[in-house]
Amino acid sequence: MTKLIFSRLLQAIPTLWVIATVTFFMTRFAPGGPFDSEKAIPEEIKIKLESHFGLDQPLFHQYLLYLKNLLQGDLGPSFKYPEWEVSELIATAFPVSLTLGALSLMIALLLGIPTGMLAALKRNSWMDYLPMSLSMAGICLPTFVLGPFLIYALSTQLGLFPPLGWYGPTDWFLPSLTLGLFYAAYIARLTRAGMLETLQQEYIKTAKAKGASSWRILSKHAAQGGLLPVITFLGPAFAGLISGSFVIESIFFIPGLGKFFVTAAFNRDYTMVLGTVLFYATLIIFLNLLVDLVQAWIDPKSRQSK
Amino acid sequence: MADLTIDNLHVGFASREGMVRAVDGIDLSIKPGQVVGLVGESGSGKSVTCNSILQLLPSPPARFGPGRIDWSGKDLLSQKERTMQQIRGKEISMIFQDPMSSLNPYLPVVDQVAEPLIIHKICSPDVAKEKALEMLGKVGVAHVQKFPRSYPHEFSGGMRQRAMIAMALITQPNLLLADEPTTALDVTVQAKVLAIIKELCIDLQVGVLFVSHDLGLVAELADRVVVMYRGKVVEENETKSIFRNPQHPYVKALIACRPTLESPKDYLPTVEDFMGEKQTPLPPLPSESIQARPVSSTPLIQTRQLVVEFQTDDAPLLAVDHVDISIEQGTTLGLVGESGSGKTTLGRTLLNLVKKSQGEVLFKGKAIDSASFAKTNALRKSMQIIFQDPYASLNPRLTIEQTLIEPMVVHKIVDSKKDRLEKVVSLLQEVGLGEEHLHRYPHEFSGGQRQRICVARALTTEPELIICDECVSAMDVSVQAQVLNLLKSLQASRGLTYLFISHDLSVVKFMSEHIAVMQNGRVIENGSADQIYNHPKMEYTSKLIEAIPKANRSLHLSF
Amino acid sequence: MSTHRSSSLSKDAWSRLVANKMAIASLIMLFFISMLCLFGPLLSSHSFDQQNLDKVFQAPSIDHPLGTDSLGRDLFARTTYGGRISLMVGLLATLVSLIIGVTYGMASGYAGGKIDAWMMRFVDVLYSLPFIIFVILLMVLFGRNFLLLFLAIGAVEWLTMARITRAQTITLKKAEFIEAARALGFSHWRILFHHLLPNLIGPIIIYATLTVPAVMLLEAALSFLGLGVQAPMSSWGSLIQEGAEKMDAAPWLLLFPGFLFCLTLFALNFLGDGLRDALDPKHTKG
Repeated sequence: MTKLIFSRLLQAIPTLWVIATVTFFMTRFAPGGPFDSEKAIPEEIKIKLESHFGLDQPLFHQYLLYLKNLLQGDLGPSFKYPEWEVSELIATAFPVSLTLGALSLMIALLLGIPTGMLAALKRNSWMDYLPMSLSMAGICLPTFVLGPFLIYALSTQLGLFPPLGWYGPTDWFLPSLTLGLFYAAYIARLTRAGMLETLQQEYIKTAKAKGASSWRILSKHAAQGGLLPVITFLGPAFAGLISGSFVIESIFFIPGLGKFFVTAAFNRDYTMVLGTVLFYATLIIFLNLLVDLVQAWIDPKSRQSK
Repeated sequence: MADLTIDNLHVGFASREGMVRAVDGIDLSIKPGQVVGLVGESGSGKSVTCNSILQLLPSPPARFGPGRIDWSGKDLLSQKERTMQQIRGKEISMIFQDPMSSLNPYLPVVDQVAEPLIIHKICSPDVAKEKALEMLGKVGVAHVQKFPRSYPHEFSGGMRQRAMIAMALITQPNLLLADEPTTALDVTVQAKVLAIIKELCIDLQVGVLFVSHDLGLVAELADRVVVMYRGKVVEENETKSIFRNPQHPYVKALIACRPTLESPKDYLPTVEDFMGEKQTPLPPLPSESIQARPVSSTPLIQTRQLVVEFQTDDAPLLAVDHVDISIEQGTTLGLVGESGSGKTTLGRTLLNLVKKSQGEVLFKGKAIDSASFAKTNALRKSMQIIFQDPYASLNPRLTIEQTLIEPMVVHKIVDSKKDRLEKVVSLLQEVGLGEEHLHRYPHEFSGGQRQRICVARALTTEPELIICDECVSAMDVSVQAQVLNLLKSLQASRGLTYLFISHDLSVVKFMSEHIAVMQNGRVIENGSADQIYNHPKMEYTSKLIEAIPKANRSLHLSF
Repeated sequence: MSTHRSSSLSKDAWSRLVANKMAIASLIMLFFISMLCLFGPLLSSHSFDQQNLDKVFQAPSIDHPLGTDSLGRDLFARTTYGGRISLMVGLLATLVSLIIGVTYGMASGYAGGKIDAWMMRFVDVLYSLPFIIFVILLMVLFGRNFLLLFLAIGAVEWLTMARITRAQTITLKKAEFIEAARALGFSHWRILFHHLLPNLIGPIIIYATLTVPAVMLLEAALSFLGLGVQAPMSSWGSLIQEGAEKMDAAPWLLLFPGFLFCLTLFALNFLGDGLRDALDPKHTKG
């Protein structure tokens, strides 16, 4: 196990380095980028940038300076609001997104997994068709359609929940539900497919031949194989939840990192955009490591060298 | 103690083509402590019968007609799931064919062996674990006591099957259903597992229903044998009587078409011979011109100190370890060994499908290597291969015509389209198929027919050497006989040389003039077929021969 | 045993697909939607960008079958025009991702060994990062260009296609008919294009059909965030964004584009599922 953790960490470092380097060179050489000399930049920003990025120094020194700053967690000043450091902005906004993401994931798992399992067990009955059709609808109903609709139905018309903002727990419900439902649909389908595939395996027949009850077969024998696809999906799901949060935070006016990122994109706040990209990349790599560990815990074969 | 009595069982499967009758009215009974062998080839219905007993067939698409399966006064076919759960694993246990896929890869083996005791609340989980360890010791997997958290993938095939036996017998059931339990195992392992089943079942007074396609194997342990063909029981008798005095033509055929010491030299009787069905035509007798082809004294193909090494995660693996073999033109060298012996790797290395690491391969006296294969196609044309799995050996998207014409186009063998078509048709006829098969796709043919097409494909380049890599191992014994006959007559009519690779020593002896025995990458014994089979020098060779069920070696020997 | 009329695998698959009513219904639905989007703007008496400020926020009527928006523009024209954009982005980006992904996956799987390991490591790294972030990054750096938009989307979606193609290639490579082809002296090119690729068509078609809705979703999300197509061009995504904003005043602005968009996604997904069942009947679905 420790060998796995170690090798994954070792893999993560060059990945991050590559991303950092690529973004560095992209910004330097992109037409219309922040360092395009033809752009008119306000004086105070120019001063700050030059000092931070060492623009008067040769390119390679700038690169080393950039890397050094990164390792210290210094992502530079915001291009648009130079009195703020990018890392400060991220530190304020991220906890909000984290809460949103965590709640959505919880909803997705709590709704999706049991639904998928039930559908697999009661295959071809109404307990299969109904949830699966709903989940198909769920996948096809993007968050930016569902969200406004839920606001309209549950908030405007029925007045059950506040439509906007992020001031207290009641604000959390609608956005998490919107994002969570989408992923619940995916997870339900994956669970069902994984369970069905596992239930076809020979060893399930062996368990049956031993006199195991359906419940025992499901919980002791089919669960691991059936849930593995869901665990594997968690990697891309984390990535998806992050990007999904952009949309949700826009719809519900939540001051999360996603909203900041999109706003920064509009404002061409380069340092903010780049800083956020690097932050997300690091986050995802570590989340994926976590997923790998859970996978290895369930599947004894993958604990050996990978 | 109860009898198991199957009475007029009918099982059908709903498919797109309509209802397929898998079991068409059979009767069978097993007395307490009796071992009954249920023998049949694919499509006979034997597995379906076995799986019906514990209601393990998925019930659509399976449909049951009239008939009952009687056990302790209950009709097992009509019992509710709850009742069946109480019987399964406690009164009647079952073991299956493939121990790798039949054991849960996510749970430790000991837990799985202990499980029946826990399910049926026979004892507490702790005691159950103790008993599991004890039982595993009894079946010869004692080392697990040192590593109780071992998982199935850490066990070998034989050990896994022993664990399954332990799992099935731990509750001391009255009846054990064994569905082809040794088919996926190596020959020597097979013999050991069979011995364990025999010993424990006699010990614990457990009746056995032993399902197999191998009549000779079943004879090793069964008191009675039931033979099934196309869903019906064609004969049932005491083991000795079935062999000494078979009544039904199919049973006579099954007994006769296996290669044994008593088989004729050049031809195995086939099911058609006995059942009076249409004969599959064999290639024409050798013509004068081919027989007069000069046979050179240099061996067609030889290896000198051949080494093939693979890099694995832990250490380099010597799949082929300094092997010397030599095959004279027009003869067959049989290469025999169990899994991991390196025989398949050796075959593929000759064709450069696997790169050699050291040593030489000589074709007609000249050394060949990757460069020789890359330079011209002449070598490729002279050496061809037929594989084990006829289903995976043909491109499912090409018609037979396209498959057979392609090599001719690539190697510019015949010039005009018309000539190519003629050649393809004559090749098909040579392997016993016809022009009407040209426009069909592989999935429309049976396994035996597909293998014939593979033979025809191998012949398109007019090779001198053909490597037969376990090419009859995946077949029923009756189909095997047909394909072996075909290969033999092609050898006679075309002067072909074969390297015949198989784990089945009896088949190898039938096909070959010389035999080389491989173990762990080395050739441990080499000689004429008669000598190896009847007077083996090495201990391993003797073990291989001993492991063959006596009835498969010689009828006279056993009965 | 064998029928007189031989049946290729494609014919078998087609007959299975035809028997799947939902899949055929989806296919027909998609055909209608495409026709609607293709000819809709031409049939409408209004142009999609024709503003009419004294007719804002009109509910559906005979003159404006789907109503008008905040600038008096006809929603029917805008929705069908937007459909063209959305569908075109979907198809083109899928095509780009298909070409890149299949080539990459096939090469990686066929080559095997170290080359395969490195190629896949690259894919794994990219796969774990959220696509939308990179597309946004590219948009920010290189400006908002329509061509760039769909190239960027396509270039990001190829990863799944590559993975699937590679997995299939590896499975097929082990099949004996590929080894037989090598033994017969066929060149690598012949094996790749004559033997491997035709057997890969099945999964490729399935995943291409399922990629189109994924791409459309991505484009719609970007347009929704304001980073996709620029006004006055509209895609379903941007229309939905406008509709979401003005939902209280004119719910039809959200309803119609949203409905059409979801319907298209629905049909594409069902068709993809149906294709999966038809081409691989052993796949567990029901």
